[in-house]
Amino acid sequence: MMNFLLVAPMAVPLTTLVLGLLLRTRHDLVRIVSVVGAAALLVVGLVLVGLAASDVVLAGQLGGWQAPYGISAVIDRLSAAMVAITGVIGLATVVYGFKREGEAEVARDFHLFVHGLLCGVCGAFITADVFNLYVWFEVLLIGSFALISLGMGRRRLAGTITYLVLNLVATLFFLLSAGMIYSATGTLNMGELAMIFRSGDVPPGATMAVVLMLLSFSIKAALFPVFGWLPASYHVAWTPVSALFAGLLTKVGVYALIRIVTLLWPEFGQVHVVLLWVACATMLIGVLGAAAQNEVRRILSFHIVSQVGYMILGLALATPLALAGAVFYLIHHIIVKANLFFVGGIAARLTGSERLAAMGGLYATWPLLAILFAIPALSLAGIPPLSGFWAKLVLVKASLVDGFWWAAAVALVTGILTLLSMSKIWNEAFLKTHPQGEEAIRAVPGMRGNWWVVSVLAALTVLIGFGAGPVMSYAIAAAEQLAEPVGYLQRMTHAGGE
Amino acid sequence: MEVIAALTVGGLAGIGMWMLLDRNLVRVVLGIVVIGNAINLGVITSGRFFGDHPAFVSATQVPAEAVNPLPQALVLTAIVIGFGLFVFALSVLKSVRVTHGITRTDVVTSVTEEPALDGRGDNGAEDDVVPRDEKDRA
Repeated sequence: MMNFLLVAPMAVPLTTLVLGLLLRTRHDLVRIVSVVGAAALLVVGLVLVGLAASDVVLAGQLGGWQAPYGISAVIDRLSAAMVAITGVIGLATVVYGFKREGEAEVARDFHLFVHGLLCGVCGAFITADVFNLYVWFEVLLIGSFALISLGMGRRRLAGTITYLVLNLVATLFFLLSAGMIYSATGTLNMGELAMIFRSGDVPPGATMAVVLMLLSFSIKAALFPVFGWLPASYHVAWTPVSALFAGLLTKVGVYALIRIVTLLWPEFGQVHVVLLWVACATMLIGVLGAAAQNEVRRILSFHIVSQVGYMILGLALATPLALAGAVFYLIHHIIVKANLFFVGGIAARLTGSERLAAMGGLYATWPLLAILFAIPALSLAGIPPLSGFWAKLVLVKASLVDGFWWAAAVALVTGILTLLSMSKIWNEAFLKTHPQGEEAIRAVPGMRGNWWVVSVLAALTVLIGFGAGPVMSYAIAAAEQLAEPVGYLQRMTHAGGE
Repeated sequence: MEVIAALTVGGLAGIGMWMLLDRNLVRVVLGIVVIGNAINLGVITSGRFFGDHPAFVSATQVPAEAVNPLPQALVLTAIVIGFGLFVFALSVLKSVRVTHGITRTDVVTSVTEEPALDGRGDNGAEDDVVPRDEKDRA
């Protein structure tokens, strides 16, 4: 049972994908299988969170070979939370994109590729082997390439090429660093690598190889100065695809950074100083870039960059409190950011444009949508009592405790600028009158699922805000596991079949 | 042997990087392949690349001069994945060529900066179907 749970996060989306392929001629069945599969992944995630919350760390060897020769997999609190949140966003995405006008094959392929991508994402969250992580990155990349180009179109293809080239290069860097790490240390098992780095006797070349790997993750996480591909490509995809990418994909890079940095360098050091500067620059540049944009999804894309900076700030400070803030931020951000993209998609459909200049009048005609936008937008900016407030509070406090008042200042300034950006969307899309009059705003049939998705995600944001206590104590325990993975290391290298 | 391999890796990586920086998208995509192969060779070389015998372990003995099989397994995986991605990249390249009629990187990336097309078809205002898109543009 435990062994099954260990591989279930990959097995469930893979099974869904295969079932969908077998049923590929029956488009209605594929859609249903897809939703059921995503719901099953969510259930698996919640079971894992339940286990992790009672201090069970699932660990095992895939394929039965013993570590360090075999491929280890570990589910601790952070991994379990990430799998659960992947289930939430996966389910939201397939429900939002349940049906699609236009070519039927494209609509079906969307469901199939989403599950391929979820399989890769979950694999990346669970593996404890550097090369295996590379393979999962490739699995999710293949899914994401197909998804971003889905439906073609002039702008979309151009965005796909940008996304494709930059991500392929980043992945190649990762492969090279995996080879170099193996050459320098003779192992690819993360637990064994951690022991080598913590012993202080680091073989020559190993540090350089790991830094190359961190660079590759930074490109994936869209950190300053290697974030350029993200705002150039995320806004071209179909709305649910954009939301899925915005919520999950860069966060896989963030997760990998958190995992590797906390394992290899538990104490504050040179790597953390660099990350601290990078985090502050990412926060500021991202939010300033957003100020120059005038389309909903392009503004939101730059905010992804800015928000990733907060998580890296928590990682860079390296105290348990800061790490807890980073984990909390990760959980909060994925839900809020995906929700904003969904709401933006609904707003664009109602008003007939996603250019702010051509939008308007939504507050008067669709007050419910205004509320559903206000909740994630205010949460993103960090207004109490929503989830973003607690996330920012912990990170700012952690910076001040460590004496990095300038990092706290950057975080707060970025929060204000985020609010400014959100009020820009609010003013243009909701408050001002529609340039073509109110009759230009009209619902399109088949949007019920969309409304459900944004309502449930907004409710989750409010829930995390008011019930911040349990989530934060989970995050703190997860951070303690990250900072002090003694049992974790032993499990990773010496665990038997179970 | 390792020196030759290392020099080849360096040379290939250099050529690949040079191609990546080219203005022609075809050359950029081919550059990824060249760099990818350089890195594959690099991984093979970095994994203790000595020995003359294949890594075949019989029940009775392990050959003393056997090569390390792990990097071979890793690179085999990487080659398969890389090939799949290359084919996908080529198909996207062809679509770009058909849609835009040009494969200059600066022209293609500037298309992503164009304002979004208005319309409420297909779950969102973003254009989805090529023909309608072309019509809007004309």
